[in-house]
Amino acid sequence: MAAKKDKQFDPVKTLHSIEEQFEMFQILNEEGEIVNAEADPKLSDEELTELMTRMVYTRILDQRSISLNRQGRLGFYAPTAGQEASQLASHFALEKEDFILPGYRDVPQIVFHGLPLHMAFLWSRGHYQGSIIPEGLNIFMPQIIIGAQYIQAAGVALGFQKRGTKAVAMTYTGDGGTSQGDFYEGINFAGAFRSPAIFIIQNNQYAISTPRELQTAAKTLAQKGVAAGIPSILVDGMDALAVYAATRDARERAINGEGPTLIETMTYRYGPHTMAGDDPTRYRTSETDSEWEKRDPLIRFRKYLEAKGIWSEEKENEVIERAKEEIKEAIKKADAAPKQKVSDFINIMYKGDLPFNLQEQLDIYTAKESK
Amino acid sequence: MAQMTMIQAITDAMRTELKNDENVLVFGEDVGANGGVFRATEGLQKEFGVDRVFDTPLAESGIGGLAIGLTLTGFRPVMEIQFFGFLYEVIDSVSGQLARQSFRSGGHFNAPVTIRSPFGGGVATPEMHADSFEGLVASQPGLKVVIPSTPYDAKGLLISAIKDENPVIFLEHMKLYRSFRQEVPEEEYTIPLGKADVKREGTDLSIITYGAMVHESLKAAEALEKDGYSVEVVDLRTIQPLDIETIIESVEKTNRAIVVQEAQKQAGIAANVVSEITERAILSLEAPVLRVTAPDTIYPFAQGENSWLPNANDIIETAKKVLTF
Repeated sequence: MAAKKDKQFDPVKTLHSIEEQFEMFQILNEEGEIVNAEADPKLSDEELTELMTRMVYTRILDQRSISLNRQGRLGFYAPTAGQEASQLASHFALEKEDFILPGYRDVPQIVFHGLPLHMAFLWSRGHYQGSIIPEGLNIFMPQIIIGAQYIQAAGVALGFQKRGTKAVAMTYTGDGGTSQGDFYEGINFAGAFRSPAIFIIQNNQYAISTPRELQTAAKTLAQKGVAAGIPSILVDGMDALAVYAATRDARERAINGEGPTLIETMTYRYGPHTMAGDDPTRYRTSETDSEWEKRDPLIRFRKYLEAKGIWSEEKENEVIERAKEEIKEAIKKADAAPKQKVSDFINIMYKGDLPFNLQEQLDIYTAKESK
Repeated sequence: MAQMTMIQAITDAMRTELKNDENVLVFGEDVGANGGVFRATEGLQKEFGVDRVFDTPLAESGIGGLAIGLTLTGFRPVMEIQFFGFLYEVIDSVSGQLARQSFRSGGHFNAPVTIRSPFGGGVATPEMHADSFEGLVASQPGLKVVIPSTPYDAKGLLISAIKDENPVIFLEHMKLYRSFRQEVPEEEYTIPLGKADVKREGTDLSIITYGAMVHESLKAAEALEKDGYSVEVVDLRTIQPLDIETIIESVEKTNRAIVVQEAQKQAGIAANVVSEITERAILSLEAPVLRVTAPDTIYPFAQGENSWLPNANDIIETAKKVLTF
């Protein structure tokens, strides 16, 4: 056989050479040891305990939400356990003025950005008062249409840029979301305008039941950013320090006018897709589940903090008790929300005067509802 | 006052609002240096700078999402969809997101977005450029849909659309862009959305219509006058919400009505208008309310479009059926 000649142009080689460069960025290994000291974001002890507190709180919120849902006391719910580092450590790099456009699983981030918990519960139950965002809180309601938040984030980021506001728009989708046209349009628009946006892909391995490898031929999801000409990074999504460091860097670049960043966090959702009848045993094995549970973000962060002497069982129990108490209070508050009326729905349709048809219908329903 | 074509009046409306409100932004595909494929944004980038009048990447869904995001930072986007046939590319941003923005935020977020788009047949375009898709957006609660038929109306309605706190779809019939000139005031003026305009008064029959069909209807009315019929032409101007008051007032005066639309019979606004008339004015009617529309096929190939589009003769024929019932 003749020797293969060097090709001047080899698209296969080009692809592989790009793919090989997307190694997973990690700072804290599964044992809670720093394996990448250079990249350590050097959070203070207070910051580290605060981040751990938020992750523990969110794990409890998840457990309580699942059981409240089973009791019929909560509505639509997408479990979060396993994704705490992806969610809370990325959010931890944000400031109050930054704007979050969440997907439907990203309720913890908007709660820690300032959304009162009882409103999150009202949103879950399907009550319009859960979506009346408090004045000055920079969040959008959780997006249901996969990917739509990506193009909207490009718009918020462009708005900040035009106003000269030193803030970023941050949005989240999952591995399935990266197959949507809006995903590509969003990262491409922000790239073209060099807008301050951070796009997070929480790759939890399954889009409902469809495994990651069926979504795309791309070896990593992060590499999709290359085509848009924006910096992209693949991060261990179970490692809170790595997620935080990558997001903080992205924010710094964005604020400095260097445009958007795409971050893929490798993570796993322990629970079902949502509480509306999804059964993960139909598409995942318990071996895979336990493989991922070994990488749990709370276990390794706990080990790291305990080794530093800034976390203890006692402290964790305090957080758990506080979370349970606050959840109880928030449910009580949500229970007190008024019954929704058709006239409420008519009144929130438009700003300003109602068009004639709705005015006519409002009169009819108001009369009916006042009986 | 200046003599303007409809497209000049549209440019003038955008210029006026860019001047009056620093939050107004104009963007879309090729709207910058090129001034839009029809020159609707001619000169605006030069006058107001690339920060306020700008080209976007070629992706309609992205343009819609961009507009939504910009409203969250206080801007009032005037976005262009290059041809309304591309609506399907942006339908989630329009109907799935923008139309629901106030509602799904419990009334918290307003969505002051104006979506301008050329549409309509008779100018020999390739497919997906000429379709009358207004029925699709008019059936989506949360959107207002405006279709002007004259330069004067176009400027006043577009300014109202830009000032509105709710999303407004503003559809510009391509055939009307340069078909005639009209006196248009150079200063700012508004025409309220949701208000029809009686373009011609009459006592025997009401023709209720909008867009390019206003002009076919006026032609038909003139011809019918020669036969001794006095025909009123009501230009809806806004098709969502409808101006029921004006429609019913006209029908109660003439006791006979036809509804004319360029869209297919199954696809448009006419059925809505007929229902409103039968619900509210049936006892005033001396004859059934008939419709003049295009047939229920896909929009035709360009060389055949003129035999497909409704015209003055079709209107006269149907009008006579109703007048002699």
